[in-house]
Amino acid sequence: MDSLPAHMRPEHSFQGLILALQRYWADYGCVILQPYDMEVGAGTFHPATTLRALGPKRWNAAYVQPSRRPKDGRYGENPNRLQHYYQFQVILKPSPSDIQELYLKSLAAIGIDSHLHDIRFVEDDWESPTLGAWGLGWECWCDGMEVSQFTYFQQVAGVECAPVAGELTYGLERLAMYVQGVDRVYDLNFNGRDGAERVSYGDVFLQAEQEYSRHNFEYSDADMLFKQFAMAEEACKKYLEAGWKGGSNCKEHLLALPAYDQCIKASHVFNLLDARGVISVTERQSYIMRVRELAKACGEAWVHTEAGGAADGPT
Amino acid sequence: MPDLLLELFSEEIPARMQAKAADDLRRMVTDRLVAEGLVYEGAKAFATPRRLALTVHGIPARQPDLKEERKGPRVGGPAAAIAGFLKATGLASLDQATIQRDPKKGDFYVALIEKPGRGTLDVLADILPVIIRTFPWPKSMRWGERSARPGALQWVRPLHAIVASFGLETEQPDIVNFAVDGIAAGQTTFGHRFMAPVPISVRRFEDYEAKLLDAKVVLDAERRKDAILTDARQLAFAQGYDLVEDPGLLDEVAGLVEWPVVAMGSFEQDFLSIPPEVIRATIRNNMKCFVVSESNTAKLTNKFILTANIEASDGGKAIVAGNERVIRARLSDAKFFYESDLKLKLEDRLPKFDNIVFHEKLGTQAERIRRIERLAAEIAPLVGADVEKAKRAAHLAKADLLTDVVGEFPELQGLMGKYYALAQGEDASVGAASEEHYKPQGPTDRVPSDPVSVAVALADKIDTLVGFWAIDEKPTGSKDPYALRRAALGVIRLIVENKIRLNLIPLVARHIATFVNAQASTDIDRKCIDLLAFFADRLKVQLREQGARYDLVDAVFALESQDDLLTVVRRVEALGRFLDTDDGKNLLAGTKRAANILRIEEKKDGKAYDGMPDVSLYRLVEEKALAKAIGQVKAEASTALAKEDFAGGMSAIAKLRPVVDAFFDRVKVNDDDSKVRENRLKLLNEIRDATRAVADFSKIQD
Repeated sequence: MDSLPAHMRPEHSFQGLILALQRYWADYGCVILQPYDMEVGAGTFHPATTLRALGPKRWNAAYVQPSRRPKDGRYGENPNRLQHYYQFQVILKPSPSDIQELYLKSLAAIGIDSHLHDIRFVEDDWESPTLGAWGLGWECWCDGMEVSQFTYFQQVAGVECAPVAGELTYGLERLAMYVQGVDRVYDLNFNGRDGAERVSYGDVFLQAEQEYSRHNFEYSDADMLFKQFAMAEEACKKYLEAGWKGGSNCKEHLLALPAYDQCIKASHVFNLLDARGVISVTERQSYIMRVRELAKACGEAWVHTEAGGAADGPT
Repeated sequence: MPDLLLELFSEEIPARMQAKAADDLRRMVTDRLVAEGLVYEGAKAFATPRRLALTVHGIPARQPDLKEERKGPRVGGPAAAIAGFLKATGLASLDQATIQRDPKKGDFYVALIEKPGRGTLDVLADILPVIIRTFPWPKSMRWGERSARPGALQWVRPLHAIVASFGLETEQPDIVNFAVDGIAAGQTTFGHRFMAPVPISVRRFEDYEAKLLDAKVVLDAERRKDAILTDARQLAFAQGYDLVEDPGLLDEVAGLVEWPVVAMGSFEQDFLSIPPEVIRATIRNNMKCFVVSESNTAKLTNKFILTANIEASDGGKAIVAGNERVIRARLSDAKFFYESDLKLKLEDRLPKFDNIVFHEKLGTQAERIRRIERLAAEIAPLVGADVEKAKRAAHLAKADLLTDVVGEFPELQGLMGKYYALAQGEDASVGAASEEHYKPQGPTDRVPSDPVSVAVALADKIDTLVGFWAIDEKPTGSKDPYALRRAALGVIRLIVENKIRLNLIPLVARHIATFVNAQASTDIDRKCIDLLAFFADRLKVQLREQGARYDLVDAVFALESQDDLLTVVRRVEALGRFLDTDDGKNLLAGTKRAANILRIEEKKDGKAYDGMPDVSLYRLVEEKALAKAIGQVKAEASTALAKEDFAGGMSAIAKLRPVVDAFFDRVKVNDDDSKVRENRLKLLNEIRDATRAVADFSKIQD
């Protein structure tokens, strides 16, 4: 890291931090993917995590995932709440026995020295009602700040994980604010340059936060969204049904990924409707259930595909 | 005698589970040892974030040999029975059995089986893996390569190493030879994650604890707590402040570190404009840090105390600075929430409750609030509260549930309502009721005394109870998801401690009728009686916990229309004092005797002797005296009871004692003349009837 020019260093550059993490996990042997090309609420929704966590095959991957939480919009006025932010996601299946050490070395790779800082693993069990998933793990604290989530997946999309995958999720903005020493996310140095060449996080995203906050809370077209939800749900079910091939003894699924895209779509549309305040408390639960049913059916389809391990034995 | 050292080294165990896990480990291992005939001298268990450890000392090296006599078939019994006996006992032939003489039933064979005890090391190798596999973690998980296999080990977080050694202090101990899911027991452990991560070889508890200390691990949670508390107090004191002590937080923090290092940080003075409870909740819940107050005023200062898990290379400067930044960000959030909450009046939040379901069968929160308002207005005059204030207080009491601060810190519900109510200029009693209407939360919580708070607190609890009674969702066994027992106890304490006269039945009946699913009147009556019985049960539990005679509650509730809890309690108290006297005891005995005779005779004759006795049929002077005394006593008692002079009522009744005693001494109830007999039975019924003025004596236990 010492050989890096100043503008590439994680403590000076948001993109430098991302590159350092990518480099670290690439060096470990992970597949470095690009963000999934759909709106998702968290890196976990990427099929490289949700679906690849299922089935017996080895899978080590890392990627940045832009994540959208429409309700967290604050019109660009809150120093650390955003409706769009970046997560860095690592998935290691099966979870290696030195996964905690690997994680701590990744922190060292972005300049967090574990002899200088107080790094802690604090209980935080993870559950995603919409994904039908749960796992046990921790929030990772650095000097009292949560910088990552660390989860051993036990179940995803209603399917038991065998073997178990370890998932690391770094909140990139928060981590960058910490290593750059800034208190307001928009003040982050994005490209690591100074003076006229400097581009801040605010230069890139402030306007987007303002516009999307307006959209999410005031202008999003609820009627259209209700229709989109219904359409995505219907399409998902249609693809799932159409995808089954073969007799009852040797089931195989040929459309798990396209079906899952529609599940992701439904989930995001639900989040938009929720932010818009047009779903009542009682309805809310039933929407979550509906998305979960889709996710479960996709998980079931996935384990009957080649990457889901169907070829490795009878399922 | 030899000692056992066991350590289970894992990834970070949740703080809240550690103490129980240590206790479970000690209990499970020692119970198994005892069950195997291995009585030990002592045991102690420990937990840190990364390990459970157990030392059991003074375990015998071997199990005692077992000698067992097994009785067999009779001598000369069927061949099949003898063959079965030989097989079951492992004897080669009958020559190895002895014959026991039995002149009555005939001689029979006895086998003497000797089972030599096993070495404790082998016993441990059998029992420890089973204990590890069946350990009762509240939540456990699978991990790694082996998690794909059926029957994979489950632990709270991945288990990495096991130390298990057994031996005498003077010798090199043996490793207990077992493995669980590929983890073999050995004598290697590890020190502090960052300060001493290298493997350590340990032999027995004494060197284990000492080597861990050298490797920056304080094994005993109590020692970690002591260290944190002492250092935290000292740091605060050195600056002229006091630590705001918090035992729950101390427990948790001690479960987050193996090597506690305490430091003090500060935040901007500006944040002190936020209510202190909000500052404390922010710093405590999100940061696991302590707050600090001024020594003489107990006001919070802009300091906090953190507990790190490391002696940092810069002496902790970066850690303090980092924590200060996070606290600043958190307090900024809290301040933002608090200030934006203040911008919207509490009543303007209420429409949102139209969309929030309280319970699917009991309607929305908005409907619930309206019911509580109505009930609070009805109760207000009975508790000396201003009706308008009680209505206003009930109207606003739940509004803070929709504020941002309460959304963030649910434990501040009520308290924030008070802050916001006072800030918008509400009457002090109205504001106080936001906080106090939730009280009392349990048997030791404070009971509010401001009449407005009392009215809303009663209305809130009675609405909940009546509602769940209306839809037949009552607590069963250990299941009480809506804390209805606590609500009923709250009502009892509010009424009794504030000395409130309140007839529950009409109040409950009117309220039950306000529920959406209005019900048939017979149904309402039944539910009122049933709810009253629930109050009676709660009252009994409470009296039992106070060491009072709870059977007296039954004796009083058995009387007609006892729905005024304050009167019930006073009557129970008077009755208790009365029954402590000789008069009381004897009268109770006499009344029970009368009741027993009546019960037997009424059953025998198939009719009740409840008419008035005929004066002309009295034969003996004792009968006449008793009849006369009953008449006088009834009149005296009812006069006293009408004035609620329960002690007076009891002493009136006490006058029956000598005449009742004399009656039973001299009068034979079952006279040969059936008319006289019937008249005497009616007189007995009069005794029972007279005592019912104060209580149903038949419900009182001897």
